[in-house]
Amino acid sequence: MTLHNGKLLALCVVTVIVLFVLQFVLPPYLTLALTRILILSVFAMGYNMLMGYTGLLSLGHAMFFAAGLYAAGLSTYYWGVTLPVAFLLGIIGAFAVSLVIGLLALRTQAVSFMIVTLMFAQAGYLMTLQFTSITGGDQGLTLPTDARSFGLFGFVVDMTSDTARFNLALLIFTVVLGVLFAITQGPLGRLFVAVRENEPRTQMLGFDTYAIKLTAFTVSGTISGTAGALYGLMFGYIGSSFAGFQNSIEALLYTLIGGPGTLLGPLLGTAVMTMLIDRLSGITTAYLIVIGVLLIVVNLWFPKGILGTIRDRWLGWLK
Amino acid sequence: MRVMNKGQNRRSVLAGLAGTGLLLASPGIIGRARAQAGDAIRLGAPFHRTGIGASYGRWYERTANAALEVINAGGGINGMPVEMIVEDDGTDPKRGVELIEKFSAEHKVDAVFGHLFSHVAAATAPRAGELKMPYFLCSEAHTLAAGGFNRYCFQPSISDVKSQVSSMAPWISENLGKKITLIYPDYAFGYDHRDNMTAAIKAQGGEVVADIAIPPTETTFTRYMPRIPFNTEVIYHVMVGPAVMTFVKELGEHLGSNRPEIFGFIDSLEAVDIGIPQLEYLEGTHFWEGHARYAQADQTEFDKFYREKVGVDENGASVDDARDISTYAHMFSVWETLFAMKQAMEMADYKGPDQKIAFLEAMESIEGFEASNEFPQGEKLFNGKTHQAFSHQNISKVTDGKLDVVYRTSIEETLYEDETDYTQMSF
Repeated sequence: MTLHNGKLLALCVVTVIVLFVLQFVLPPYLTLALTRILILSVFAMGYNMLMGYTGLLSLGHAMFFAAGLYAAGLSTYYWGVTLPVAFLLGIIGAFAVSLVIGLLALRTQAVSFMIVTLMFAQAGYLMTLQFTSITGGDQGLTLPTDARSFGLFGFVVDMTSDTARFNLALLIFTVVLGVLFAITQGPLGRLFVAVRENEPRTQMLGFDTYAIKLTAFTVSGTISGTAGALYGLMFGYIGSSFAGFQNSIEALLYTLIGGPGTLLGPLLGTAVMTMLIDRLSGITTAYLIVIGVLLIVVNLWFPKGILGTIRDRWLGWLK
Repeated sequence: MRVMNKGQNRRSVLAGLAGTGLLLASPGIIGRARAQAGDAIRLGAPFHRTGIGASYGRWYERTANAALEVINAGGGINGMPVEMIVEDDGTDPKRGVELIEKFSAEHKVDAVFGHLFSHVAAATAPRAGELKMPYFLCSEAHTLAAGGFNRYCFQPSISDVKSQVSSMAPWISENLGKKITLIYPDYAFGYDHRDNMTAAIKAQGGEVVADIAIPPTETTFTRYMPRIPFNTEVIYHVMVGPAVMTFVKELGEHLGSNRPEIFGFIDSLEAVDIGIPQLEYLEGTHFWEGHARYAQADQTEFDKFYREKVGVDENGASVDDARDISTYAHMFSVWETLFAMKQAMEMADYKGPDQKIAFLEAMESIEGFEASNEFPQGEKLFNGKTHQAFSHQNISKVTDGKLDVVYRTSIEETLYEDETDYTQMSF
């Protein structure tokens, strides 16, 4: 098997090592913040697969995040399944939802696609409110205390331990990063990019672009749902706000800031956005205005995001 | 032609990135250096400065600042000054969780207080328990008293929604009517009202003749009005959000002057002037109020003191701006919660985290609070097992564009059977 883009693989390995070491260097709060950043960057990495690599702008990815969140959370809340099983159910739930929505939404293109994904997500959000007796609606459900730890290969993993949480988040992040590296740097990834760059030409070359887009859509939705399942189980709470429009926009912003179509862009974008909100909100009540201005500035000076700009100017392998 | 110096640009970009990284991380280091146990009591205040709860958040913050001024002027707590660190949670559950971590790990506060919206509290409470952070809600959420949270969570001032709603039913059935039509938002907050009022009115020999759930996305309500049955004696409404003005206007257009009695929860109209022309139709209708917005004829000295300190006039508006209406029915909970925490900390001789458990056990041992400057809303029973307070509730009538209290419930009317016992839970 040929290894494509060894430099990027090396950077990914270094990034994971640095992230692992950071837990021993950073003060406790920043380690907690990094745990959240890792989970949310998995969400953004899923989003990036569709928006960055395949060129399909979805406005409804919160529904996949929520599909994973609810499938995992509800199964442990009502059936008392163990956390690893609940996590798997979350991934399966997100896979099923993204496959079905993909089959329908991909019949549209461009602006229509954005609107259709937005509408599906809104319908999903309203469903979480409609079935409040099951989902807890806007108020949500707090997962029971016995769903805060699990046994695996003879070890007990305590989800209330900061160290366990960080390393679990890092493990999932690393696995997703590895899977996405394999996809994006291999033949399938090149097909995604081909669709993004010129869909008619890809069709002309004999490829079924609908199948390619559906694959990208399903991978994207499943990874976003993986982040949702992890978030719900790790923080012990599921609620309809995670299915809301704002959550979809956050994934878009994380990706835009970091660099659409770059493997590590979502991690960087999530870290920058999360920490900016965190720091500025403690300094000024007008932090959302400051962030809005910063977003405009970044879009003017770095229209392809931070890593996207670096890739275009200097490091072509950073993709 | 523009000549780009690649090396210089790359260096400047890298330098910029490194600088940004340092900037983002540095307040964490500063935060660690600042937090020294034993020199002050530090309280985390995650207020709803932005988002759907912003009008509440603004007044919660003002009230907390006023209470802390009084506490610190009186020598603080156990000889230590009390500091408050305010952060904006955006009325967002995700941010609520982030902040409880920030307060615990970075600011290293002694306790956190001030959440109102129940979905933010529901997301934050489990994490507060895991971080072993004393967490005081200023919310009406019933989840705490229902056993949904943990031993670190308390609601020592405002009564929960179950208590509020069930205590209204006897008065409504005796004075307004027994056939009720419920109009409520189609989400959890509305269901709490529907379920509790249905049960409570049934216990009074009344019945709910229709319940009309309205989706939160609605901006017009005309199509729901024909669903109000003709035999309705009382319309019970809890419409929260900016659409309430349209709701009242369309209700008036549909019912006209020959209307049934109308009873609502003031939550819909907190921070809104009742006397404006758009709300004229509410004249003569009744509202629940946790704390009476307009100074009443029998106003207590405690209420006078509290209004003066927070900066609220006799109409419930800011003394600096008569158009800036307060969230008076709810915000007393911030003031009283701070004094409840002070009392428990003094009972435990709290100096720092070493006395945390003693502080929580002291809180659980408290049986109630007397009406005072510290508890201006009135006396309270505190249930140490359920961590929930119970207090008098007010029923007010809109008269000449103002709210006049026509009935004040007894505390007994607000009680219900215990649903949990947190003292059986380990710390």
